[in-house]
Amino acid sequence: MTTGTRSPRRTAPSATAGGSELAGTPRLLRLAARRDRFLLPIWVVALGLVVLASVASIAGLYGTEAERVQYAVAVAPSVIARAFEGPIFGTSLGAILVTETFGMLSVLVGIMSVQAVVRHTRLEEETGRAELVGAAVVGRHAPLTAALLLAFGASLAVGAVTVVVLLAYGLPAGGALLAGLLLMGVGWGFAGVAAITAQVAGSARGANGLAGAAIGLAYFLRAVGDALGEVAPSGVAVTSAWPSWLSPIGWGQQGQAFAGDRWWVLGLFAAAVVTTVALAFTLTRHRDVGSGMRPVGAGPASASAALRSPLGLAWRLQRGSVLGWSAGLVLAAGAFGAIGEEVDAFLETSEELVDLFAQLGDSEELVDLFIVFLMALLAVAVGAFAVQGVLRLRGEEVSGRAEPLLATAVARPRWIASHLTVVALASLGMLLAAGLAGGTAYGLATGEWGSRFGDWVVAAVVALPAVLALGALAAAAVGLLPRRSVAIGWGAVGVSLVLGQLGALLDLPQWVLNVSPFTHVPAVPSEELRWLPLLVLLAAAAGLSAAGLVAFRRRDLRA
Amino acid sequence: MTASAIHVAGLTKAFGPVTALDRFDLDVTVGEVHGFLGPNGAGKSTTIRVLLGLLRRDRGEVVVLGGDPWDDAVALHRRLAYVPGEVHLWPNLTGGEAIDLLGELRGGLDQRRRAELVERFGLDPTRRCSTYSKGNRQKVAIVSAFASRVELYLLDEPTSGLDPLMDTVFQACVREVTAEGGTVLLSSHVLAEVEALGDRVTIIRDGRTVESGTLAELRHLTRTSIAVETLRPLDGLADLAGLHDVAVDGVHARFEVEPEALGAVQRWLADREVVALTSSPPTLQQLFLRHYGERLTDAEVADAPEDVS
Repeated sequence: MTTGTRSPRRTAPSATAGGSELAGTPRLLRLAARRDRFLLPIWVVALGLVVLASVASIAGLYGTEAERVQYAVAVAPSVIARAFEGPIFGTSLGAILVTETFGMLSVLVGIMSVQAVVRHTRLEEETGRAELVGAAVVGRHAPLTAALLLAFGASLAVGAVTVVVLLAYGLPAGGALLAGLLLMGVGWGFAGVAAITAQVAGSARGANGLAGAAIGLAYFLRAVGDALGEVAPSGVAVTSAWPSWLSPIGWGQQGQAFAGDRWWVLGLFAAAVVTTVALAFTLTRHRDVGSGMRPVGAGPASASAALRSPLGLAWRLQRGSVLGWSAGLVLAAGAFGAIGEEVDAFLETSEELVDLFAQLGDSEELVDLFIVFLMALLAVAVGAFAVQGVLRLRGEEVSGRAEPLLATAVARPRWIASHLTVVALASLGMLLAAGLAGGTAYGLATGEWGSRFGDWVVAAVVALPAVLALGALAAAAVGLLPRRSVAIGWGAVGVSLVLGQLGALLDLPQWVLNVSPFTHVPAVPSEELRWLPLLVLLAAAAGLSAAGLVAFRRRDLRA
Repeated sequence: MTASAIHVAGLTKAFGPVTALDRFDLDVTVGEVHGFLGPNGAGKSTTIRVLLGLLRRDRGEVVVLGGDPWDDAVALHRRLAYVPGEVHLWPNLTGGEAIDLLGELRGGLDQRRRAELVERFGLDPTRRCSTYSKGNRQKVAIVSAFASRVELYLLDEPTSGLDPLMDTVFQACVREVTAEGGTVLLSSHVLAEVEALGDRVTIIRDGRTVESGTLAELRHLTRTSIAVETLRPLDGLADLAGLHDVAVDGVHARFEVEPEALGAVQRWLADREVVALTSSPPTLQQLFLRHYGERLTDAEVADAPEDVS
């Protein structure tokens, strides 16, 4: 800020202005911390438990150096393992742990950070509370600063818990500290991204969506970079391609904790945090409280025929979210479909690898497994959309928007059903679109259409009953336990994600894996399509939805 | 006997340990504007939400347009319109879209009347709801309600965000719908509004009905204010029964008199040759203060025990 040409007369006021723009930050930080006093500790403890379970499991599975080398030799050349888990850099216990868990932990820490920042900025503005606070002695930048500090603190806590767990398992102190700092860095980086989206987007929902898309993109870029990487001459390490370096999650992995400890990577996070936060503060000056960067344009003076029904309104309210999720899913499925070619090409060039993978079956089945892996991941994402869509009901109720609607001749079950219908149809559409995109990209890359194309589509659509069951659980929660519904819905998504990604690694008992509806989805095309589990899932979805509907009909409408 | 639009008897509703309504009674006759008065938190909105079937009653009898608001919600909602005290709308819909949507879901709008109301309230229907002020959001709900031809209008502090000019437009609208046979339940703590529109009034406090009746009936319970000037001195006025706050200054006097004592006071004054006399009926404001006055007095006593002027 200070340049030689500025006179003291001009710099003095701006210096005091800089101070007053942060006025009230400590108080706002305490307020935000108090409001999140349960939520954030639950996040930190849950992530700590995931780290603990992972390190215990890996220590058990790969106790000897020979076992770890065997693992590394199998994983390093595997495009699937590199794309879905992460690159491997060494054969130490810590290195394997980082490979297996860092990607998923990064996504979770990112979600925690993003939601914390948006919750204490744009969401506060939407509820009007920010206006009340802003009229007090609170500087222009104070709310964003407080929200960022809170998110930074939560990520710091996650990093600290991680370090403690790793040290408790006797892992090298240097690697443990670096791993914790890298995870914290990912959280800080996405907090910075959320600080920007909170200024740019038109609503809190939009800000969360944009930042969530950034997390997805980061995961995706490193998946592509790692998949396109090369196996090092040692055979137990990977050199990732450049796209990994475009992603904060990629940086975290390239920090190579426990396998070289590249401390300088922390500098990338520092630079990213400073840049994003500075940009966010600049943007803050260019918008009004409660609105985004883009001015809100005028719209139609009367409602179109399509809007004049509960179903029309539900579609209108969910439309943006449906289109956003669809775009992300199609992009991801298409890109992974295109990599699918690598799986084939890879096996054609290497006789040894074909032998190595003999235990998994022939090359045909390897591609099948790839499709199953990818679609299982995308199905959980569609499940997250479904939960978000169903929880919209609770959002409408809490915000008071459901009240005037339910004071008209719209029966409560009809209102619930309108949103459930939109969510169910959109989920089907998304899975179908993801399957078509994956199949088309795979077909374009390999020239193989026919039954393979059908495999992609079937593998996607077969997950619909599990997605519906997850959404129906949220619907039941809205009816029966409205105050807990958001925690229940997102908790179910988190459990499904962790069990799906880490279930096999953690060697959990089958009954634990069975908790996730996605466990029951037949692994088409590598397995036969079985109808019974699908019908059971559909029945569960119907039962849970009905329970939610009936309970909602019987209870008070509560803000 | 006139038909009943709303009949509530012994209504009780608790939220956990908090009793919002405690054996509350309310009767609204078809065709009237019924004022529903009470301070903040007295239970006005809770009552209206029970009448709408948005909240379930714990005990008591509630009949709206001959039906049960909880069981017959949908059928009843076709015949009534609701304006919430705090109007929340979908931020990305325009005001016009929200008016049409709510009206359509109620069972249809009178398009000519909708256009006329939008004009009269000076509402820009092309703006997104996120850009509306509180008053404008309220206008959306009001326009949507009055553009629906229904039998019963439940208005929960509908004018709390409107400016005085719009208040006048609103009052005209209420008179129009009642002229067409509609019934209005108007909750408010703006006394002038209820005084200008209300046929009858129910006063609620701490979830209980404290008073109900026509404005004329309620006035019988209160005192008339009188200012008088006579030729002969008014010595001895303060000794008459039924007088309050008497201030005598020679031939001038100001006092309040109970309804029963009015005749005696009149005769007593006549003997002293009245040259000027103004009498004002009790305003609802006074009526209101009398009902809530004790609380005010307690507070004052606690705050400033010495202040007796």
